Amino acid sequence: MIGIVDYGRGNIRSVEKALEKVGFEATIMASPAELSTVNGLILPGVGAFADAMQALEQGGWIEPLIQFARSGRPFLGICLGMQILFEIGEEHGEHTGLGLLTGRVVKFPPGRKVPHMGWNSLRLEQPSHLLEGIPNESYFYFVHSYYAEPSEQKDIVATSDYGVVFPAVVGKDNVWGAQFHPEKSSPWGLQILTNFGKWVNADDTLSSH
Amino acid sequence: MLSKRIIPCLDVHEGRVVKGTNFVQLRDAGDPVELAALYDQEGADELIFLDITASSDNRETMVDVVRRTAEQVFIPFTIGGGLRTIGDIRRMLRAGADKIALNTSAVQNPRLIQEGAHAFGSQCIVVAIDARSNAPGQWEVYIHGGRTATGKDVLEWAAEAEALGAGEILLTSMNRDGTKIGYELELTRTVSRAVSLPVIASGGVGTLEHLAEGLTLGEADAVLAASIFHYKEYSIGEAKRYLAQRGILVRHS
Repeated sequence: MIGIVDYGRGNIRSVEKALEKVGFEATIMASPAELSTVNGLILPGVGAFADAMQALEQGGWIEPLIQFARSGRPFLGICLGMQILFEIGEEHGEHTGLGLLTGRVVKFPPGRKVPHMGWNSLRLEQPSHLLEGIPNESYFYFVHSYYAEPSEQKDIVATSDYGVVFPAVVGKDNVWGAQFHPEKSSPWGLQILTNFGKWVNADDTLSSH
Repeated sequence: MLSKRIIPCLDVHEGRVVKGTNFVQLRDAGDPVELAALYDQEGADELIFLDITASSDNRETMVDVVRRTAEQVFIPFTIGGGLRTIGDIRRMLRAGADKIALNTSAVQNPRLIQEGAHAFGSQCIVVAIDARSNAPGQWEVYIHGGRTATGKDVLEWAAEAEALGAGEILLTSMNRDGTKIGYELELTRTVSRAVSLPVIASGGVGTLEHLAEGLTLGEADAVLAASIFHYKEYSIGEAKRYLAQRGILVRHS
């Protein structure tokens, strides 16, 4: 079972429907108490960094999310949900994130339309099971004004080019993030959710033995 | 690099897709959810549903269309038509829409743009502008499906919408809508240059060449079309192949 964190930020329903479409059961979780019942977790999010962190804090999510990541179960952040995996966000001042990945989230420099909105192609930087079967240069749907700058180069799994080359997929151990919306990036986004679902199920098999 | 977007538009009247000329003479063009799923499979980059009934007693029909679409369509889609309050916006987003297009209600209450952007993020607030030329190089904003002149200048309104937090402009030329003689390129280019938001060109497309013109000469970020796709004059795939041959970057799926 895959849990989707509902903290009032993000199109939760789209993520749930996309997982259903590719054959995985998902549950929308309104409280951290439910985290013990799921084998994998998706943290969606749209809006501003500080606002999202505040909403997570009010819902009592922060420590339980960090514990979930430490438990080794698969964890995927989407869009703003990816950005808040990092230590610091620079949107409207400097704000603390979950710190599950090291680095900062910074604004696109001037000289381009912001938000970066639409379909952009991915350059695969290293092999990963999340991107298994995804061709180089396939397209995904992005909407964001800030991007992550991981301090560890090895956490960058794929990049995109919007005048600056920025990380589109990041990951370390069991904690992963996609700057684009896989649930809105038919057909390859659904492939990524399939890969994530398989990973969660495989992990489930291991833990039940 | 960021690709240009092709966006089929579905005008919905009482739960059915329709198409008219200059906002009148409606013809039936099918079931919105079925068409939406087909466009997703064909490689459309986004979809827009405009509810042209938009009376409040009909709202439930549209919410149902949105819900069913969200179960079958995995590209972004926008809902517009008759949404007047933050509550209306929230309801459509919760039903599964990705963006909301505001037209008449935004002109009558510009704070709705600001409040919507604050509550849900700029990325989901599209300001739709119906523009009619009243002198060379000058365009006036019309509301109520093109029936009411507002006296507002299109460029000024687009800039105001951006300042209030809109994330995108959907720009329809009323002079061209339904004519199939091509987008009003001067209008599109002028607005594209006046704002730093993405601009979607709309109104007048009849050929694939028109799509290319909108993206190059019109400097639009996306092109919207209805009848050329609904009546299968062209498929989305044909449109993309044509644009790619013209050297325009489009998504291949």
